Amino acid sequence: MLGAALAPVHQAYLLQARQMQALSFAVHIPLVCFGIAFPAMVVLCEWLGLRSGDPLYTTIARRWSRIVLALFAVGVITGTILSFEMGLLWPNFTATFGSVFGLGFAIEGFSFFMEAIFIGIYSYGWDRLAPRWHLLSGIPIVITGFTGSLTVISVNAWMNHPTGFHLLGGRVVDVDPLRALFGNSMLWSELIHMYIAGYMVCGFLVAGAYAHARLRGRFGRYERTAISIPLTIACLAAPVQVLVGDWLARVIAVEQPIKLAAIEGLYRTTRGAAEHILGWYTDRQVRYGIAIPHLLSLLAFHSYDAVVRGLDTVPAAQRPPVNITRLSFQLMVALGTALALLGLVYVATCVARRRLPRSRWFYRCVLAAGPAATVALIAGWVTTEVGRQPWVVYRVMTTAQSVTGARGIPVGYGALVVVYIAVALGVWWILRRLASMPLEPAAGAGGPAAVEPREA
Amino acid sequence: MLRALPLVFVLAGLVLYVVLAGADFGAGIWQLLSGPGERGRRIREHAHHSMGPVWEANHVWLIFILTVSWTAYPVFLASVASTLAAALFIAGLGIILRGALYALAPGLADGRRLVALQGAFAIASLITPFALGAAAGAIAAQRVHVGNATGPLLGSWTGPLSLLVGALSVCFSAYLAAVYLAGDAARRRQPELVAAFRRRALAAGAVSGTVALAGLLIVHSDAESLYRGLVHGGGLAALGISLAAGAATLALIASGRFELARVGAAVAVAAVIAGWAFARWPVLLPGLPIARAAASHDTLVALVVAVLAGAILLFPALGLLFSLTLGGRLGGAPHAPAGTGPPGLLAAQPPAPATPPRLRASALRTAAALLVIGVGMLNVADAGWAHAIGVIGLAGFVVVASAALLPVALAGE
Repeated sequence: MLGAALAPVHQAYLLQARQMQALSFAVHIPLVCFGIAFPAMVVLCEWLGLRSGDPLYTTIARRWSRIVLALFAVGVITGTILSFEMGLLWPNFTATFGSVFGLGFAIEGFSFFMEAIFIGIYSYGWDRLAPRWHLLSGIPIVITGFTGSLTVISVNAWMNHPTGFHLLGGRVVDVDPLRALFGNSMLWSELIHMYIAGYMVCGFLVAGAYAHARLRGRFGRYERTAISIPLTIACLAAPVQVLVGDWLARVIAVEQPIKLAAIEGLYRTTRGAAEHILGWYTDRQVRYGIAIPHLLSLLAFHSYDAVVRGLDTVPAAQRPPVNITRLSFQLMVALGTALALLGLVYVATCVARRRLPRSRWFYRCVLAAGPAATVALIAGWVTTEVGRQPWVVYRVMTTAQSVTGARGIPVGYGALVVVYIAVALGVWWILRRLASMPLEPAAGAGGPAAVEPREA
Repeated sequence: MLRALPLVFVLAGLVLYVVLAGADFGAGIWQLLSGPGERGRRIREHAHHSMGPVWEANHVWLIFILTVSWTAYPVFLASVASTLAAALFIAGLGIILRGALYALAPGLADGRRLVALQGAFAIASLITPFALGAAAGAIAAQRVHVGNATGPLLGSWTGPLSLLVGALSVCFSAYLAAVYLAGDAARRRQPELVAAFRRRALAAGAVSGTVALAGLLIVHSDAESLYRGLVHGGGLAALGISLAAGAATLALIASGRFELARVGAAVAVAAVIAGWAFARWPVLLPGLPIARAAASHDTLVALVVAVLAGAILLFPALGLLFSLTLGGRLGGAPHAPAGTGPPGLLAAQPPAPATPPRLRASALRTAAALLVIGVGMLNVADAGWAHAIGVIGLAGFVVVASAALLPVALAGE
């Protein structure tokens, strides 16, 4: 639209390139959740063990740290593929704006690097480092998990709300990368939303493994201890996520009104717009949905009669696909609400009865909560990415402009599908193997780092 | 100067990637060439275990190279990636396969499945350095031009120089791995493995040197301008240093001083890469000098500051990791199945002294207060500063509420 660094090309397989990118993200992001949240839970568990002198905590932390290591190793490669694809699939995006957003990834590279180093030290350092030093070596993993999210989300927030540069004949000028990345009004709401999602996905998936054990009649001290930590954290994170989601939606209403219009299926700019639940967008309106008058204006702008911009304010070519955006948003909201309710049940039981819930239905729900949180995570990313279309950089560069001119995208896409299916099967298999390993003592018998009980 | 500084970072990252990750690729290659029987099995196991703790860290250098390149020289990176898409995609598939198999293989019992997995691992270890080397060769031979996928999909990276650099990458990876694995075996006092890998190191070193020297003929015919750069001035000096370091390394290996030999090998690689840079200076791609490719001033300053600040954090951490690994404090297999626990691990422990109920109630009250503040500031208020307070309030809510609820959950039913 406004010119680019490289000459435009025609790419017959743009849709396949987008799907390939989407596949790469869908594989990578759930793994990221384990890099964000799991180390914090492992370190917490190890700390509980050091504090109480109960070797069971240390045993659990050790078992979990193996999962952290295995999933991080897979996350390194899926992340490497993503960084390849920045150039392989979207060279014109990178060529034109690399100097604006690239810094975010460069810092992320360091963050990732530190995370890799300390995950190596932590995972291989059991029995070999003094307990307190070992615990401390886990802290940088937690911090880098946050800084990594911060920098990556800063790039995505910039794509949604591009600032910090001007475009002059296809070249960016007046680049202020720090303002573009970290002075961005979309950064913080998007970051917190993703960070909490990481705790929900990881927490519910890990808790689900032990809920499964409970449903099969295994619920001893080990399972009970191991489910308590991830479940408590995820159940507290889930209601908070609803609040943070509301904040993000209000930011989108201001910064990306067309995305909001697509999310809501709002064609005509409306004063006091209604919110539609379910339904299908067709013929410029939502059919078969439940309309709640004025709710959209109220939610988005905190005003009963606020004007909400509709899709009609931009030409048809600049509108995102409404139903994909809208239904993935509704899926995310529905699942997120259900998870928040599950969290409230858990919190209420803990507070009122001073014990874990006992109902089999509760543990069936926990078992389903992990996959549900993962689906909600992906649906949320579909909402924000498809909802930004046709732009890769919102209102500056289209996805079609940024795509590679290289041939062979369907071949690459097919190969990636096959390889990622194999990787997924392999991950499933190694997790089953790690889970089926017999419980071991916290430290090798008489090992150098046998846990020393501290005075209570 | 500022415009060239990120290039220096990229080249330094490239040296580290070749030396560190190359050794990992090479270890995979030696698994392929381990031979049959019990001896072969021991060689494979040694090759697998000794790269354990540092594995992920080594391969993050590639991400460093990519991110610095696209920030500082976006048009260069985009032209290279789109033109050499096939080579880089093959390398990417190799990286996925290799990394996934590495993550999944440990803890496996011996058996046919393990051998099959190791075979796939080794093939991925062979393909990846070859494809990356071929891509580097294509840039060196100036087969990449500015533009979005301007060259042929396959022809761009299958020229003579590409094949040479690809082959050299494989040989060099095998060589570095053998040196490293011999040193590691020496630390573990396993003389039989030391001898096995010393032989492999010498052989691979001799092959690498021969290929590199014979390759000068290919450089001469395929990229004459590069050749002229390499036999004059800085290029020639770098080439001489590389040759001397390579010869010294072989002598060090023969005398069993493997750590110094690793340094020598790294110098030899660094000199080759420096020679390439000297020979092409100041041009990245045909018609694209550094000055024109470089990002604007503010971006470069921010990038240089970020890299230097990152290095201040990174190198002590990396030093810690390597000193722990080389000192034998890490290593071994984290996945090795241990025996069953001692009786009593799962038996009920004496209950921890209960937290006084008053504390728990006050924690719940604090959590509730933080939640109210969070909702008020984040969801009712509209100002940016209020949102910041709201987020902090909600984060505090989760932390305090966890601290209040966890003891209840952990205490049992």
